[in-house]
Amino acid sequence: MSSKGTADTPSEADHGSPGPPPAGEAVIEVRDIGKSYGSVIALRDVTTSVRAGQVTCVLGDNGAGKSTFIKILAGAHQHTSGEFLVDGEPQRMSSPRDALSMGIATVYQDLAVVSLMPVWRNFFLGSEVTKGVGPLRRLDTAAMKSITKSEMQAMGIDLRDVDQPIGTLSGGERQCVAIARAVYFGARVLILDEPTAALGVRQSGVVLKYIAKARDRGLGVVFITHNPHHAFPVGDRFMLLRRGRSMGDFAKDEVSQDELVNMMAGGSELAEISSELSSDMGPASPVAKQMEADVQHK
Amino acid sequence: MSTTTSAQSKPETPPTDERLASSHGMASILRRPEVGALVAAIAIFLFFALTTEAFTRASGASTWILTSSTVGIMAVAVSLLMIGGEFDLSAGAMWGTTGLTTGILMTEYELNVWLAILASLVLAIIIGVLNGLLVMRTGLPSFIVTLGTFFVLQGLNLGVTKILINQVSVTGLQDAPGYVQGQQLFGSFVKLDLGGSTLTIYAVTFWWVAVTAVATWVLLRTRAGNWIFAVGGAQTSARQVGVPVFRTKIGLFVTTSLAGWLVGMLGLFKTTTVQSVTGVGQEFIFIICAVVGGCLLTGGYGSAVGAALGALIFGMVGQGIVYEGWDSDWLFAILGVMLLGAVLVNNFVKSRAEAVR
Repeated sequence: MSSKGTADTPSEADHGSPGPPPAGEAVIEVRDIGKSYGSVIALRDVTTSVRAGQVTCVLGDNGAGKSTFIKILAGAHQHTSGEFLVDGEPQRMSSPRDALSMGIATVYQDLAVVSLMPVWRNFFLGSEVTKGVGPLRRLDTAAMKSITKSEMQAMGIDLRDVDQPIGTLSGGERQCVAIARAVYFGARVLILDEPTAALGVRQSGVVLKYIAKARDRGLGVVFITHNPHHAFPVGDRFMLLRRGRSMGDFAKDEVSQDELVNMMAGGSELAEISSELSSDMGPASPVAKQMEADVQHK
Repeated sequence: MSTTTSAQSKPETPPTDERLASSHGMASILRRPEVGALVAAIAIFLFFALTTEAFTRASGASTWILTSSTVGIMAVAVSLLMIGGEFDLSAGAMWGTTGLTTGILMTEYELNVWLAILASLVLAIIIGVLNGLLVMRTGLPSFIVTLGTFFVLQGLNLGVTKILINQVSVTGLQDAPGYVQGQQLFGSFVKLDLGGSTLTIYAVTFWWVAVTAVATWVLLRTRAGNWIFAVGGAQTSARQVGVPVFRTKIGLFVTTSLAGWLVGMLGLFKTTTVQSVTGVGQEFIFIICAVVGGCLLTGGYGSAVGAALGALIFGMVGQGIVYEGWDSDWLFAILGVMLLGAVLVNNFVKSRAEAVR
């Protein structure tokens, strides 16, 4: 059963079971990892690392292989080539549960919440706190409600009522519940799948703040995004994906924000789009001019 | 969004929240899924109690309590399954299958009563697991899969029974050895003398109350209950956070089969006879009771108490029509209207629950 120690002894759970390793130590390393579905190669030759207390950003456009990459990290898919090391040991995980037991928690785009269920039930879903034994073993609802409230407050969100269905929260708040949940259950590595994709500017800023908060608590964060402007302020390491291949793996001091933007868009493609635009809309149109400026700027 | 903003301006708030007052108390009771069924049950009871004399007479009440109890056990199990996001159309036929199995084993083969009961119990579990495996492995809608199982069971109930005992019903169970022991557990009754009229409460009613209580406890106070709501509300999300989706769903199908077995035993030992067509045609009644009790057809929301109330409404209307002297053909029309009404109310409640307060 899933009742690991954390579920039964909530008071100790937020220290994490094995405790976070010293900052800067690699928790996950992948070397030339790849994944193919039959003859279709979804991902190949990806190398990067996730370190405690650091944020590794995975950047890539739609269809670049980001989802495949995180599914391997999260244990939902198995890699077909390369090496996947957790704490220096080669691993091959067969389910998300395996990943969770190694402290690798994933917050998916759809947040893995059940919108009709109350916030506190969602917070503890799959790792419920129970009391009593045998047939009288039951949910400790009071404890779960108060933990949910205090954990959300620690993240800076003050919930009126943890009994309200989670569907009634705003996008940023739901994201926060999912992050707080992962942190509470002793995650050492937090994988965030496009957490800012569906959010406005303000809410995105709020989520970036939580990412920084999780990093400061000693977690290794994998931040998947297609927006280099979101990645650069919080990232310590950047891995770029394009069409299933790695475009490089850089530490923050090896790359500038402008370089990131350019690599993301692909310099030649950007120039192509620019000329296409000016022929379609006329070279004097504001959009074409802006595009031209962007191409020259790099 | 407003919550986030306010939190930043005052990160420290006292544990008791003044904003709670508005949404607690009455509002949280009205938010429960079974409220509609409770109101309807009271209204229907009052209507028949005031317009007919027989309805509240002890002997008259015995009849509708019996019907409600039998349907209620099934409706409660079906409601759990529906909250888990699945249907079981074979639930009605299961009632006949288990009754026939135990009945034939006892009358034709003179098997020990407990072994005969155990045999049909094992059979019920196997069919439940099969239903679950078929649904989970193929990914087909349970509506179709269990429609198939339903027809298979209906056919087997007739065919196998004819082959084994050359008739379509089991009779004379009271003469089988050990009948009395089974009858004590499943077929006994309590008679209460109330002012010249006798209220008869059969074992099935006690089982119904017990099943409803256990189901409610499981749903609201155990991990399994949390998982049932989760697999019905958002199966992928549930799997992602580590809920054992497969096990939960198989468990729900087995629970429904077990309820069919229980009702089969209760019917068999009360009436000492079982027909090959027993239970057939009832499967939609269970679903209607669950929906009237607040279950969403899409899963993830509902209540066991609500389903029990739905069954109570079904029993009261069915018998009330008879006491009114109306043609009982009207029952189905009334059920249909109630189902439509309940679906509309449930959808309204659901959108209210999901709206930002």
